[in-house]
Amino acid sequence: MATTPTALRPYKLPKRRHWAVSFALRQPLGAAGLLVILVMAFGGIFAEFVAPYDPLDIDFGAMLAAPSIEHPFGTDAFGRDILSRVIYGARTALTIGFLSSFIGCTLGAAIGIASAFFGGRTDMIVQRFIDVLLSFPIIVLALVVVAMIGRAPLFGIDLNLILAIAIPIMPKVERVVRAAALSIREMAYIDAARAAGFSNARIIFRHMAPNVAAPYLIMLTAYIAQAILLEASLSFLGLGVTEPTAAWGLMLSGNASDFYREAPWMILFPGLAISAAVFAFNLFGDSLRDWLDPKLKA
Amino acid sequence: MLTYVVNRVLLMIPTLIGVAVLTFFMLRVIPGDIVEVKLRADGGSVTQAQIETERERLGLNRPLATQFADWMVGLVTFDFGLSMWTGRPVAEEIAIRLELSMQVAVMASIIAVILAIPLGTLSALFKDTIVDYAIRLFTIAGLAVPSFWLGMIIILSLLLFFNWLPPITFTPFYVDPWANFTQLIWPSLAVGWRYSAVVARMVRSSIIEVMKEDYIRTARAKGVYERLVVMRHAMRNALLPAITVIGLEFAFLIGGLVVTEQVFNLNGIGRLFVQAVGRNDFTLIQTMVMLVASVFIIVNLAVDLLYAVFDPRIRYG
Amino acid sequence: MQPQTAEAAAPRVDGAGDDLLRVEDLHVHFVTSRGVVRAVEGISYSVRRGEIVALVGESGCGKSVSSLAIMRLLAKPAGRVVGGRIMFEGRDLLTLDEDEMREIRGRDISIIFQEPMTSLNPVLTIGLQIMEPLTIHLGMTASEARARATELLRLVGITDPERRLDQYPHQFSGGMRQRVMIAIGLACNPKLIIADEPTTALDVTIQAQILELMKDLARRLNIALVIITHNLGIVARYADRVNVMYAARVVEQGTADDVFLRPRHPYAIGLMRSVPRLDRPRGLRLETIEGLPPNLLDPPTGCRFAARCAFRIDACAQDPALREIEPAHRSACFRAEEFSSGALAEATTERARGRPDAAVSDAAPILGVRDLAKHFTVSSRSVIFGGETRVVKAVNGVSFDIRPGETLGLVGESGCGKTTVGRLVLKLEQPTSGAIEFEGRDIAGLAGPELQRTRQRIQVIFQDPYSSLNPRMTIGQIIAEPMLVHRIVPNAKAARERAAELLEKVGLFAYMAERYPHEMSGGQRQRVGIARALAMRPSFIVCDEPVSALDVSIQGQVINLLEDLQREFGLTYLFIAHDLAVVRHISTRVAVMYLGRVMEIADRDAIYAQPLHPYTKALLDAAPVPDPLVERARAPRALGGEIPSPLRPPGGCVFHTRCPIASEECKRAVPELREAAPGHFVACIKV
Repeated sequence: MATTPTALRPYKLPKRRHWAVSFALRQPLGAAGLLVILVMAFGGIFAEFVAPYDPLDIDFGAMLAAPSIEHPFGTDAFGRDILSRVIYGARTALTIGFLSSFIGCTLGAAIGIASAFFGGRTDMIVQRFIDVLLSFPIIVLALVVVAMIGRAPLFGIDLNLILAIAIPIMPKVERVVRAAALSIREMAYIDAARAAGFSNARIIFRHMAPNVAAPYLIMLTAYIAQAILLEASLSFLGLGVTEPTAAWGLMLSGNASDFYREAPWMILFPGLAISAAVFAFNLFGDSLRDWLDPKLKA
Repeated sequence: MLTYVVNRVLLMIPTLIGVAVLTFFMLRVIPGDIVEVKLRADGGSVTQAQIETERERLGLNRPLATQFADWMVGLVTFDFGLSMWTGRPVAEEIAIRLELSMQVAVMASIIAVILAIPLGTLSALFKDTIVDYAIRLFTIAGLAVPSFWLGMIIILSLLLFFNWLPPITFTPFYVDPWANFTQLIWPSLAVGWRYSAVVARMVRSSIIEVMKEDYIRTARAKGVYERLVVMRHAMRNALLPAITVIGLEFAFLIGGLVVTEQVFNLNGIGRLFVQAVGRNDFTLIQTMVMLVASVFIIVNLAVDLLYAVFDPRIRYG
Repeated sequence: MQPQTAEAAAPRVDGAGDDLLRVEDLHVHFVTSRGVVRAVEGISYSVRRGEIVALVGESGCGKSVSSLAIMRLLAKPAGRVVGGRIMFEGRDLLTLDEDEMREIRGRDISIIFQEPMTSLNPVLTIGLQIMEPLTIHLGMTASEARARATELLRLVGITDPERRLDQYPHQFSGGMRQRVMIAIGLACNPKLIIADEPTTALDVTIQAQILELMKDLARRLNIALVIITHNLGIVARYADRVNVMYAARVVEQGTADDVFLRPRHPYAIGLMRSVPRLDRPRGLRLETIEGLPPNLLDPPTGCRFAARCAFRIDACAQDPALREIEPAHRSACFRAEEFSSGALAEATTERARGRPDAAVSDAAPILGVRDLAKHFTVSSRSVIFGGETRVVKAVNGVSFDIRPGETLGLVGESGCGKTTVGRLVLKLEQPTSGAIEFEGRDIAGLAGPELQRTRQRIQVIFQDPYSSLNPRMTIGQIIAEPMLVHRIVPNAKAARERAAELLEKVGLFAYMAERYPHEMSGGQRQRVGIARALAMRPSFIVCDEPVSALDVSIQGQVINLLEDLQREFGLTYLFIAHDLAVVRHISTRVAVMYLGRVMEIADRDAIYAQPLHPYTKALLDAAPVPDPLVERARAPRALGGEIPSPLRPPGGCVFHTRCPIASEECKRAVPELREAAPGHFVACIKV
């Protein structure tokens, strides 16, 4: 015994690879999602160079033009190039999506960790408040916030819109992070930190926060998708981004539906853009979760 | 068990009060109010005096505390006041639209559950195979495609392929079931896809989790048929979290309807809500928010009670 | 138990004809993202009808994997059998189709898993779960199956079976659930039961009950039993034949007497010696097997044990075969004959090297605990009405002193409050009442800089080496952080140097400072935890089960390290543990706790030689000893009953419900801890 057997049943061996390569190979869907995100980010950042036209250029000579070589996605009721507007729309969507998800997730994570760490009465009060926020459907809360704040442009972006999207995200993230933080609080290394006489701030920032980084990152990605969707919905309802800024949801609202028959491309392409962006972020977020999870347990 | 139910019911009260306070004061910090919107809607110049008169008529010039107290008393006695825009009772405005919205919500839920449980289960059992990939793409797409755009695409297709549009005026089920069905199935599909996607994903992940449990290994070690391992041992445990999601998403359907009704030109409560927000119709907004929050909280309660029915650890805890 | 008949039932002759199960040259691989783990490499063993066979070895040696392979229940798709045969009643189980295999599971072969808390389905009744194999394999009707299930529950010692069939798993205690698992295993009268660490999750008195039950039933029903365990005592008490595994291979095989009394493989020899033993005079120092088991992702060629072996020769670079050294006694060591002939006798006799106990001063106690109590309120679900709030008296009137340089061992079963005492001393919890004096001052009122100073003086080592280190920090950062926070060192550079120094002090290497916890083994992590505690230059360390999560060979290393450090730095320990042998080895005095109260405190030698409290006696009786001769000579003596819930502790003496000598009086009077002999305190009115 203990000799090398001669006839072992064969199977394929995985190789050791760079983490990025191993992510791409083990999460092909996620890698595809990431690729789409990168392409959109590139288009959004360099819209001035990528887009064939100025998105605001009105050309009454080419109203409701069907897709062609000059206008691959056609034009809208003002003769504006839809492809260019979709490209500039990526800038709007990604900026608002990222900022509102970042604000919502960071706020939620901060409150979640603090609530879990201090526990007791503090936790009780915070959680009742979160309960209240969670009782509003996301879009209803966003609508109320939009109505509340009014327009407050900041660096060309509507701050009210970002907050309206960030605030409903916050309580959801808070719950998840709190649950994670509660289990971390029970870990022996937190007891060791307390026994070593470390300050609360040190325990929270040095010992608890880095350990909720993985769920935080996963949620950040997932909520960018939600935020893009929510921004589109609000803009569609006329309560988000306002004309003439190029935004996907806005392109679907108003008179777009008056031209179902005449210009279906007007609703087709912006919708595809929203779907593709949200799809890509969800795909990437899912794969990120699958990929980070086993590592956390190991 | 009885104390559990009583406690859960009592816990609802502070949350509802919180919702009421938050909604009321959030609305009151809005710069400007319905009066300006309303008066300016007719065009022409508006004098300060006119605005003041209208404010007085609507009671907007009273102290906030008094307004809030009035509203609270109204809520408890089910007297929700008059819409500031139309002047009709809020309860009536909502009631005439509720039937349509609830019907869409119920139809969407049925579609969602019928699709989600088999899809989620298949996806979990065939994890990392082509079946799983296909179902995951379908569900992620469900999350990605905005329901209002899906609605537009449905309308567009019906128009292009059948040259037919669903009617705009609502036909109640008891008047003409078929007309009712053909009208509401489309918005139900538009919101149902997302709903089923959310539930299917939850079913998938909870079945995957449950299949890793020790008791599944025990069941296999007893020589239980694999089919029975899934149906009897895994499903009962895996469906508990799925029930939660079904409940929560049902409550949130009201939110999804906000945009979908717009697309299908349906006069439901979602549309009413958007109109109310656009007009700063405080009485209507706050009552609708309370309604939605109450539905959410009650559904939550129902889910918890259902949990108790399915999970002996809670029932006999 | 009648040892003589047990011997007779397991004939020593090694005939292949009556083998029920024969595992031949089994190879199991796990394909992971990091590479292939060769979990089992060519093991062979056999089990005869009605026999009890043990697979013993440390974690990761492949013992559980090989049993799952027999049931064909390896985790898919990672685990696969890549070679060998598993012959069961003349059929190779590996060649059966899935449905044929399913028919064997639960009918011919049953398996009992380690975790009774998670191995039963929480939403199905116990009755259904027992009846399932009966209806599936034997085609019983519901009423027949129910009658049989009732009978089975009675067989495994569960009272009121009719009613309990309709209950759910959470209504049973851990020990009771394991009885239910046994009932499921026995349901179809199988020919073989595999018990995979069946009692590891249970307390020692409950463990004894379960093992006695399994042995009794196996003998009575002529069922073969494969016990998989890391506990040598259990093997010695119950096994007829033993297979010792190391790093995916069987290194020694033979009867229990052969393996325990005449071990012929250096690993087996080392293993027997590195456990502290209750049946021998206390050695001054544990002999240990230095080093770590090989990584099965990339195992060394040749003898797997060579790197840790004191008897290594050049030939060990080749793979040693498992060979018959004496009749029916096999060893995979090139020098096995030398052990046999006594040529290596010098090396195998126990060396009593080591130093005497650390000097215990007669100075004032460094830590004094007076009438300490900690009550937790467990609120029921009611938030608004308060409902019934139940109180768990985790610690109830505990007093003891610890003098500088001494080690007080605190032992007891789960729920006895020993860990809570440690947390109170560390000021991680606030006591409900009572006082804790450290270096002459009550720590309850300490705050600010004074508290910080005390925190430096009292440090802690935790049980679980996996959760006690922050996974996001490097080892160096973990050790340096307290020094920097408390300004024990002037700057980061000095902290790094001192961290490197400490790493070497605890037997690691300075270069490991760059590593993350997940890159280290359990034993290494535990050493890092010790280094972190030492970084503060404490005078007192609370050791909360510091070795119970470690393997036997690693456990010995850590115990020795703790003893060395105590001597070098003049440390005082509060050593919390459930393993009586470990506590005896390391402690100067021992306190035994049960349900929040101290039952007995005395000097180590006094308490082990003349235990006075019936509970202490029961604990010592229940602990199995790794020597089959000693075990056979002892009468079966499982302490009956369950540990009561700390939510509803019995009135009077908390132990009266299980006490063999309890009388009516014990139900009323709460016994005081009184001095029965000089320095020997006991809380029992019968002594």
